[in-house]
Amino acid sequence: MNTLPRETVLALYRQMQVIRQCEEQLARSHQRGLIHGACHTYVGEEAIATGVCAHLGHKDVVFSTHRGHGHALAKGVPPRELIAELFGRSTGCSLGRGGSMHLFSPAVGMMGTSGIVGPCILQAAGAGYSFKLLKTDQVAVAFFGDGAANNAAFHEGLNMASIWKLPVLFVCENNQFATEVPSSYASGNPAIAIRGVSYGLPGIEVDGNDVLAVYDVAGEAIRRARSGGGATLIECKTYRTRAHAEGMGDFTYRTREDVEEWKKKDPIAQFRANSEAQNTASAEDFAAVDAEVQAEVAAAMKFAEESPWPEGVTATKHVYCEV
Amino acid sequence: MRDISFMAATLEALSEEMAKNPRIFVMGEGIGQRGGNFKTTHGLYDIYGPERLCDTPICERGFVGMAAGAAMTGTRPVIDFMFSDFVLDAVGEIINQIAKMQYMSSGRLKMPVLLRGCIGIGHSAATHHSGNYYPMYGHFPGLRVVVPSSAADAKGLMKTALNCDDPVIFLEHKEILSIKGPVPDGEHFVEFGKARIVREGTQVTVVALAHMVHKVHQAATKLAEEGISVELIDPRTVSPLDSDTILQSVHKTGRLLIVDEAFAPYGFGAEVAARVADQGFDDLDAPIRRLNGAFAPTPYSPPLEAAIVPNVELITQAIRDLLDE
Ligand SMILES: Cc1ncc(C[n+]2csc(CCOP(=O)(O)OP(=O)(O)O)c2C)c(N)n1
Ligand SMILES: [Mg+2]
Repeated sequence: MNTLPRETVLALYRQMQVIRQCEEQLARSHQRGLIHGACHTYVGEEAIATGVCAHLGHKDVVFSTHRGHGHALAKGVPPRELIAELFGRSTGCSLGRGGSMHLFSPAVGMMGTSGIVGPCILQAAGAGYSFKLLKTDQVAVAFFGDGAANNAAFHEGLNMASIWKLPVLFVCENNQFATEVPSSYASGNPAIAIRGVSYGLPGIEVDGNDVLAVYDVAGEAIRRARSGGGATLIECKTYRTRAHAEGMGDFTYRTREDVEEWKKKDPIAQFRANSEAQNTASAEDFAAVDAEVQAEVAAAMKFAEESPWPEGVTATKHVYCEV
Repeated sequence: MRDISFMAATLEALSEEMAKNPRIFVMGEGIGQRGGNFKTTHGLYDIYGPERLCDTPICERGFVGMAAGAAMTGTRPVIDFMFSDFVLDAVGEIINQIAKMQYMSSGRLKMPVLLRGCIGIGHSAATHHSGNYYPMYGHFPGLRVVVPSSAADAKGLMKTALNCDDPVIFLEHKEILSIKGPVPDGEHFVEFGKARIVREGTQVTVVALAHMVHKVHQAATKLAEEGISVELIDPRTVSPLDSDTILQSVHKTGRLLIVDEAFAPYGFGAEVAARVADQGFDDLDAPIRRLNGAFAPTPYSPPLEAAIVPNVELITQAIRDLLDE
C-alpha cells in the first residue's frame, strides 16, 4: 500500500514521464538523422533511475553506462541539455563533445555515462572512498546492466566496497539481455542480487518496473550508506521495450509477443493506474503533469534544434586542465 | 577477380581457414548466431556451430586471457573485439602474457592468437568507439600488427594471420569496411612486412594506412590533374614495417610525408620518419613531414569530429607545402 504524499507520487510520475517523453523524442530524432552516433534508450526502465535518484541530493554522485539518458535526467540534467547534447550542439551537457554515451554534468552530481561497459562500478566505489576519507555523508551510485555484472569490474568493485564499507549503491538494471545475448546464457547463475552476498554485501532483488518498490529499497540502502553501514547491491528486474540501440533490429533474439507482454508492465502506466485506484493522486493530477512535461520536452527540442554547433577550433580544448 | 567489400573479404578468409583447420575457434560478444556487430562472422555459426563460434559475456580481460591458455595448448583462438577500444581492459593479458609467452618459454610455446577489432574515427562514434591503437601495439616486441586498407589486402593478410604462429593484432578501420575492391579468386595470401605501392609517382612519397590510404589517394588524384606526381605507399603491417619499400621510394622522390589518423607523439609517423632519417638521409631534399589526427580524445559532434581528422584538403595542402620546401 502506497502511503507517500501526493507531491511525492506526482514527482515520481513526473520524472518518469520526462524520461519517457525525452526518449521518444530522441528516438524520433534518430530516425530524422538529428542524432549522429549511437542512441540507447531507457524506455521501459524509467522507474529505476527515478526511484533511486529521488533520494539523492546534488552532492551525491551518479556514475552511469551506455544506457544513461534516464540517469542523467533523474539526477537533474535538464531535458534541453540532454537533447542538445545528442544533437551535437554546444549547449549540450557535454558541449556536444560526448553525445549519448558521454553525458556529464558534475554540478548536479552526474559524473558521466560511458561507452565502455563496467568502469562506472569502480568509479562509484572510488567516489565512496573519497566520501569516507572526507567524512561526508554523500553517497555514490553506479547504474549498470546485467551484462556488466559479468565483467571483472563488477566483482572487483563489489569486493572493494565491501571490505572498506563504502557508501555506495550498485544498481543493476537486469533487462535480461546484453545487446542480443540473454543473461540466462551469459551468467552461470542468472540471479544477480545474491552475488552481493558472495562479497559480504546485502543483495536485494526488486521489481524494477515498480517505482515504489525501487524507491523503498533504494531509500533504505541509501540511509544505510549515509550512516556508515556500507554498500548495497540492488538488482532491478526490468525489460527494455525498444531495440538495444535505435536503428537496430529487435526480433531475431526475442519475439514481438515477449515485448508486448512486457509493455503491459509499463512502469509509468502501472504506477498511474495504481495511484488512481488508491486515490493517492487523481486522473486530473496526472493529466496536468503530462501536459507540463509535454510542454517542457517540446521546448527542449526547440532549444536543441536552434542551438549553435560547436566551433571546430574548440575540439582540442580541455585535454589538460586549464589554469 | 571479383569485387567484394573489405568485411566480406575477411569473412571469406576466416571461413576458408576454419574449414581447413578445425583448431580455429572464434570468441567475442555477439559473434555467434548474431554474426558479429560488424558481420565479421556472418553465417559461420550455422556452419561451425556454437563451440567454434563462442559468444562470450562482457568480460574482455577474461576471454583474452583464456585465448592465451588456449593457444598454448593446441588451438588457434580468434578473438573478435568488435570495437578495439573495448579490449583495453585486456591489454595486460596481451602485452604481459600473449606477446611475451614465446620469449618467456624460450620458444617452446607458440602463441597462435588472432586478435581483431575495429578502429578509427568516423560517424560520431565518440571517444570510446574511435581509437586507433596500432602505434601502441607496434611498440611491443612479440606482436604482429596488421592494418589493411583494401579488400584484397584484408583477405590476404587475414589468411596469413590465420596461419601465423605469432600473435597477430588485426585492426580494421570501420569507415572502410563496406568499401568494395577486387579480390583474387581462390587462395590469396599477403605476406607480413611487405608494403604495397598504391600509386606510383615521382615527386613526393606519402605513407599512409587504412582509411588514410583512401583519402591520400583522392588527394593524389586531384593533384595529378595539376601535374603533381605522388607516390602512395601502404605498409599494410605496422609490425613488421617494410622500411625498404619506403626508402626506395624516397630515393626516387626525395620527399616524405606520413599521413596518419592516429596521434603523432611516439607514433607510426615518428617511426617511419626515424627510419628514413637514419637510412635515407642523403636522399632527402626536404624535411620529413607528418600530418596526424589531433592530439585529443575523439569528440562526438560532427564539426568537432571533422576538425580532428586529416581530410583531403589538408592532405593536399600538406603535399603542396612539402613540394615548396
Ligand atoms: C567493455 C565493453 N565491451 C563491450 C561493449 C559493447 N556493448 C555495448 S552495450 C553492450 C551490452 C550491455 O548489456 P547490459 O550491461 O546488460 O546493458 P543494457 O544494454 O542491457 O542496458 C555491449 C556488449 C562495451 N560498450 N564495452
Ligand atoms: Mg541488459
